[in-house]
Amino acid sequence: MSTSDEQSPNLQRRRFLAVSAAAAGVTLAPGVMMFEVAQARSPSEAASRDVRWGMLIDSNKCKTGCDDCVSACAKENGWANDTAPLAQKPQWIRKVNLTHKTTGHQASLPMMCQHCAEPPCVDVCPTGASMKRADGIVLVDKHICIGCRYCMMACPYKARSFVHEIVDHEDAYMPRGMGTVESCTMCVHRVDKGEMPACVESCKEQAIMFGDLNDPNSAISKRLKEYPSRQVRADLKLNTGVRYEGI
Amino acid sequence: MKQNAVKKQLRLYPYLISALLLAAFSVSLVQADVPKPDVPKAIKGEQCVEETGFMRRNHMELLKHQRDDTLREGIRTVKHSLQGCLSCHAVKDSDGTFVSVKSEKHFCNSCHSYAAVKIDCFGCHNSKPQQQVSQRNP
Repeated sequence: MSTSDEQSPNLQRRRFLAVSAAAAGVTLAPGVMMFEVAQARSPSEAASRDVRWGMLIDSNKCKTGCDDCVSACAKENGWANDTAPLAQKPQWIRKVNLTHKTTGHQASLPMMCQHCAEPPCVDVCPTGASMKRADGIVLVDKHICIGCRYCMMACPYKARSFVHEIVDHEDAYMPRGMGTVESCTMCVHRVDKGEMPACVESCKEQAIMFGDLNDPNSAISKRLKEYPSRQVRADLKLNTGVRYEGI
Repeated sequence: MKQNAVKKQLRLYPYLISALLLAAFSVSLVQADVPKPDVPKAIKGEQCVEETGFMRRNHMELLKHQRDDTLREGIRTVKHSLQGCLSCHAVKDSDGTFVSVKSEKHFCNSCHSYAAVKIDCFGCHNSKPQQQVSQRNP
């Protein structure tokens, strides 16, 4: 190694990472980026406990009446044309409007599986179908789901839905089937390829940030450190992976 | 004399009838024999991911192992995946489109209907080779 590189190899590496990340992400202000580039694992590598995927949703940016994230999710995961009656329609993600009782301040935000670190849906599942992956993504293993819907009862966010009728998946991509429970997968199939979840990508206001909560240098961690944010129903101490700003 | 001849003829009838019945029965036996499945050839490659005999006996174990690895661990190798099977063993219809599991021609169906083994895979999974997101209908 030459004398000019004497600082430390680690610092060099960090600088390189910072430069490449800045080139890939959208820089809003110095040090504040809307998203970072998720690092794709090799297909043969299992999801790692060192990573915890999370989202940060800025409800100040989220527009009332806009449902781009919902329709992007529906298209990506194939529940857009579900023929179930309204009360049984799948809701992987939905828009919620909030009005403050005294001030009348209105806020709009997308609500979906909060990918809890201590998920109640996993606690109650009698078969082990409801599960949390090593990287914090909460999923339903439909191979062993018996459709009892205990997890739907246990979830404080009403994040899960049940498939009541036969799904016609002649051209479907995300496996969905009658008699099983489903919910937001944080687009795990995309994340594993190093891509962003569909809702994050679709948001024109860039109100949703996705990244690794365990990495102190990730854009989402830096943002969480710098600005106040909230977990919905933080009183339940579920340590959600989805956090909100502006509520 | 003439009466005797008729009697002789009548005595022959039971033999004749039983012979006919036997013939009819054996013909129906042959017809009830289900034809051996006509397994469609893979559209690409000559050799499967494992040896053919091994695949015939153990493909279900490989698929089961792969499904748990993929969903629960996030290991997304395609060698033993369902999509891997379908991408090679896709069957095209006369109009050039891939057939779904509803068709008798479908690779999985060709054997499974013969063996009378019901498979649940396609209750959730697509039975055709995977399409890219951009090619899907909105």
